Amino acid sequence: MMNIKAAGIRQNRIQSGIFGILLKLVGAVIMIYPVVWMFMGSFKSNYEIFGDTQTFFPSSWDFSKYVSGWAGFGGVSFGTFFLNSFVVAGLGTIGAVASSSVVAFGFSRCKFRGRGIWFACMLLTMMLPSQVTMIPKYIIFNQLGWVGTKLPLIVPSFTSEAFFVFLIMQFIRGIPMDLDEAAKIDGSSMARFFVSIILPLTKPAMVTAAIFSFMWKWEDFMGPLLYLNKPRTYTASLAIKMFNDSTSLSDWGALFAMSTLSLIPILLIFVFFQKYLVEGIATSGLKG
Amino acid sequence: MQQRKTVIRRRENLEGYLFIMPFIIGFLLFTAVPICVSFYLSFTKYDILSSPRWTGLSNYIKMFTSDRVFWTCFKVTLFYAFVSVPLKLFMSLMVAMLLMKPKLENGIFRAIYYIPSILGGSIAIAVVWCRLFATDGAINNILGTLGLPDDISWLSRTDTAIWTLIVLAIWQFGSSMLIFTSGLQQIPTELYEAARVDGAGKIVQFFRITLPMLTPVIFFNLVQQLINGFMAFTSSYVITGGAPLNSTLFYSVYLYQQAFQFSKMGYASAMAWFMLFVVALMTILLFKSSDRWVFYETK
Repeated sequence: MMNIKAAGIRQNRIQSGIFGILLKLVGAVIMIYPVVWMFMGSFKSNYEIFGDTQTFFPSSWDFSKYVSGWAGFGGVSFGTFFLNSFVVAGLGTIGAVASSSVVAFGFSRCKFRGRGIWFACMLLTMMLPSQVTMIPKYIIFNQLGWVGTKLPLIVPSFTSEAFFVFLIMQFIRGIPMDLDEAAKIDGSSMARFFVSIILPLTKPAMVTAAIFSFMWKWEDFMGPLLYLNKPRTYTASLAIKMFNDSTSLSDWGALFAMSTLSLIPILLIFVFFQKYLVEGIATSGLKG
Repeated sequence: MQQRKTVIRRRENLEGYLFIMPFIIGFLLFTAVPICVSFYLSFTKYDILSSPRWTGLSNYIKMFTSDRVFWTCFKVTLFYAFVSVPLKLFMSLMVAMLLMKPKLENGIFRAIYYIPSILGGSIAIAVVWCRLFATDGAINNILGTLGLPDDISWLSRTDTAIWTLIVLAIWQFGSSMLIFTSGLQQIPTELYEAARVDGAGKIVQFFRITLPMLTPVIFFNLVQQLINGFMAFTSSYVITGGAPLNSTLFYSVYLYQQAFQFSKMGYASAMAWFMLFVVALMTILLFKSSDRWVFYETK
């Protein structure tokens, strides 16, 4: 009697185990289907993507769509667009991480009058909808003659970004204050203390900030849409949008091919820095 | 001695300001001055080519009384935010709990479910989304294979178009799932053990322990995502462009159109200030309501 019951329970558990895994698998398929569909589409002809007999796999794995897509539009190739994205995201990230760590150190380890007020200002910038400052910023950059160049997308990063300042401050808080005392007794200046002691210790937080910064800047669309007006200066995200509009559309495969390429840097970050991504989200609620 | 102290104090002040100098410059140039300018512009007519002309409250009056599209996009955006965010949070909590057991496969599934979160904001996905939901696209094709109606034009019907954008938002539940996962891990296991001893079942445990312990995390996510949802831009701009009949026109998109397509910088500034007002009001109301349902451990 007991045996039968035990066997029944075990069978139940196996069933629920299989059911659970199946459910999770179906979920996983749904979750990555759009991305995989895009990837498959990058090898397909229009008819294969939208025709009556759509198949999941392409009929052949030739890279001709990548070649035709790479040619771009307006005489500018996607090589230029990707290079622009790398310049904007790369320089912007360097600026954001460097300036944010300096500012984070100032807020967490220096005592100065007005610290509270400036810190409140930083909170304000985090909560302010960007739409409020969007138009005046555009006017300012227009006055400077920067509209049409990448400068409006890069230069502001060098004035620190509140999210990253917070992230790094949280990390600095975990570094014992004894170090500050020791440095003071040694008579080393704050600048030297920062560069030689604190900076090396905050490396993990800086890596996390760099990863998020690069991802956000790589995917940014609003900034390029506002400030870039010549195809030569387009970043990949803006170029894909324009490509989508302009070819309206004879070559979906090429569009999918370039879309796929534009996601590769993000996927590489995901593969190699997953630990930092998860930590960044779990500890500070940074949106992914 | 006294003098020495003031010298040190002054030096500390100077050092502090040198360190936060990047922030101060950025704050003045890209936040403080723009806020003032934007507030001023909201009372003017300004097309960037000629200088602003003071028109008093007329932008605000037009916005509230005669601009139908303004109210449409306001309602659409509220609907989008208040439908997609709760659904997304519900989804993330359920999936986070489903993947709670420390098994290898659960880690892998979590990673897979997280992928849309990092890709979903990109233009590439937005462009793909248009084609997925096109009348001859993959979604209808799959529905057809399953024997369901396969000729729904998702993007051109006023009752379905907004849902394609909501689905896109929910699809990116991965990062909130990770936040819930770390929240769940922080609930002390003794609580569950005690409940089990008292004979409480799984469902009672969920409503009496899990949910109350998670309310701070839920609250934080709710506030942050509702605000972000209200400011959403890309999906509406790229996927539907606001069509059909403005049924997917987000507030930010309309604001952008006013400013940069119709050169009504003054009117757009007034819209931005109303947006700030709504976001602030939403935050205050949520914080007010939090006393009633958010559970903070008394230390």
